[in-house]
Amino acid sequence: MTLKIRVLLAKPGLDGHDRGMNIIARSLRDAGMEVVYLGLHQTPKAIVRAAIDEDVQVIALSILSGAHVTLFEKIIQLLKKEKAADILLLGGGIISKKDQALLSTMGVKRIFGPGTPVRESVKYIQNHVGRCSL
Amino acid sequence: MTESLSGIPLKPSYDASDLAGRNLARDLGHPGRFPYTRGLYPEGYRTKLWTMRQFAGFGSARETNRRFKFLLKSGQTGLSTAFDLPTLMGYDSDHERAQGEVGKCGVAIDSLEDMEELYSGIRLDSISTSMTVNGPAAILFSFYVAAAEAQGSKIQDLRGTLQNDILKEYIAQRTWIFPPEPSLRIIVDLIKFTGKHMKKFNPVSVSGYHIREAGATAVQELAFTLMDGFTYVEACLKAGMKVDDFAPRLSFFFNAHLDFFEEIAKYRAARRIWAKHMKQIYKARSPRSMHLRFHAQTAGVSLTSQQPENNIIRTAIEALSAVLGGCQSLHTNSLDETIALPSELAAHIALRTQQVLAYETGVTNVVDPLGGSYFLEWLTDKMEQEAELYFKKIRALGGVVPAIEAGFYQREISDSAERFQKEVDEKKRIVVGVNQFALEEEIFHPPILEITRQTESAQIRKLKKLRKTRSNQRVRRSLEALKKATSGKSNVIPFLINCAKAYATEGEIVETLKKEFGEYIPPSVV
Repeated sequence: MTLKIRVLLAKPGLDGHDRGMNIIARSLRDAGMEVVYLGLHQTPKAIVRAAIDEDVQVIALSILSGAHVTLFEKIIQLLKKEKAADILLLGGGIISKKDQALLSTMGVKRIFGPGTPVRESVKYIQNHVGRCSL
Repeated sequence: MTESLSGIPLKPSYDASDLAGRNLARDLGHPGRFPYTRGLYPEGYRTKLWTMRQFAGFGSARETNRRFKFLLKSGQTGLSTAFDLPTLMGYDSDHERAQGEVGKCGVAIDSLEDMEELYSGIRLDSISTSMTVNGPAAILFSFYVAAAEAQGSKIQDLRGTLQNDILKEYIAQRTWIFPPEPSLRIIVDLIKFTGKHMKKFNPVSVSGYHIREAGATAVQELAFTLMDGFTYVEACLKAGMKVDDFAPRLSFFFNAHLDFFEEIAKYRAARRIWAKHMKQIYKARSPRSMHLRFHAQTAGVSLTSQQPENNIIRTAIEALSAVLGGCQSLHTNSLDETIALPSELAAHIALRTQQVLAYETGVTNVVDPLGGSYFLEWLTDKMEQEAELYFKKIRALGGVVPAIEAGFYQREISDSAERFQKEVDEKKRIVVGVNQFALEEEIFHPPILEITRQTESAQIRKLKKLRKTRSNQRVRRSLEALKKATSGKSNVIPFLINCAKAYATEGEIVETLKKEFGEYIPPSVV
């Protein structure tokens, strides 16, 4: 029996641009994943807490405010502290190539920029999460 | 079936039969006459061009002041201020929740000190100034008034627009602080205050822009925005004001998206609907109360990060629709906005786009040049009819605030956004350079404006210094007086201006108000 992939979605920081995140939430659900969407204005602490409580395999964060480096940095620190750095960490939003490279060295596995077809994000998650079987 | 960008089915051509039964004289009228479908003024842009107002703000007040001066020197005719997210959400720059956000999406403003620097060397009584801020709009307005007075400007001479439209924040943009009821109270206080002391100032800009960007169709943008407008009118009437005393200074803000004719029809329908409702339902007598004046901004969401040079073309066409639709003021987006905040080069190209339209193309010579087109008139009618259906739907839910609480808007907008994305993903809609005509390697790499961490640390140092050097006793007294005013029925605006002049910070003022008003908690809907 195959378990559903569990994904935590959130918008950290203060920006309210949730058009993309709402579409991603619906699409991941349609693809059969279990989605926990925390919503807007989430703190790094709340995100990491929820990821552990909900036992997710993926954390996907959308940031369009430019605060991505600071926010990801904090989230990665907290994940390491909680020994949960094995969770697949993904991002999306308005993030320059230079910052994408920086985030990648910090441990963000992939950034999905504007114009990414939704199925590409869905497929990426399906291909990169080891299916756990009972 | 061929459809418009918003999903309206279209025939290959239109003729007189599509307007059968319509009374063109009544529904169209002439430019400058009720119901103003064809424009507010008989001479259109001949007597006054639209205001070229580029939205700008990043980093510190000093940096943004430099950008303002650059834009003014380049021929911009109005100012428009973009604040950073901590400012929009009511946090001082040293608040934990502001970390990483200071100066990123706009300029960081913590107190009157920053506001004075922001407009330093620009006489505020000589240029119209717009401020995009909603949750804490009255606070930033108070900083602005205090900064203008400190320059020696008289407040009755101040011209400009405060966005101050909280309803669309709950619906789409999501930078809120307080719940609807106290928010509406402050908005009414502000309308009363400017109505008395600042008759050239627009205290609210009822905004569809963000609703559209969040995914709404043109019809939804039109309907939801006007319904918000009616809600503000009703709030003022309920507070005992007379319609002709406040309605002339309500202004609007629409998106200028890619479907050229649909956008022009939208602006024309907006003018007609507003005029009719103001006259027939709210019993306005003054024509100025029936005038829907609007600012337009080209659609950020239509821009692509792939082949960003193509964004110049998209923006130019969108801007043309706003001009043919009769906008009073216009912002053209920069080509790099899907990558970063506008660089000086990109901001320059964006402004020049408007100037080419205004001075070289001849589109300013004749008012509403597309009026009478079978297709455009049919589409304008269609927009109006569809908007009226939405008004009924929202009224049936109990009005705008109950509809927000029921998640109505969020679902409507998400459904439209999802439908559009599916069409793009399935290539039913072509996005040039993205799902068609893509390049292996980009040929144009725009310069990127970077906001460094030093901006944040410098802003925090400045704020800490202010807290040490100002009279903290005066700050405390001003905040206590504000607290008293909020728990009673007094107009809070003079008390806010008093806090501003004492150099109370935005965060301190917001904390004081939160104790009285509480905070907004959004309904959860996906």
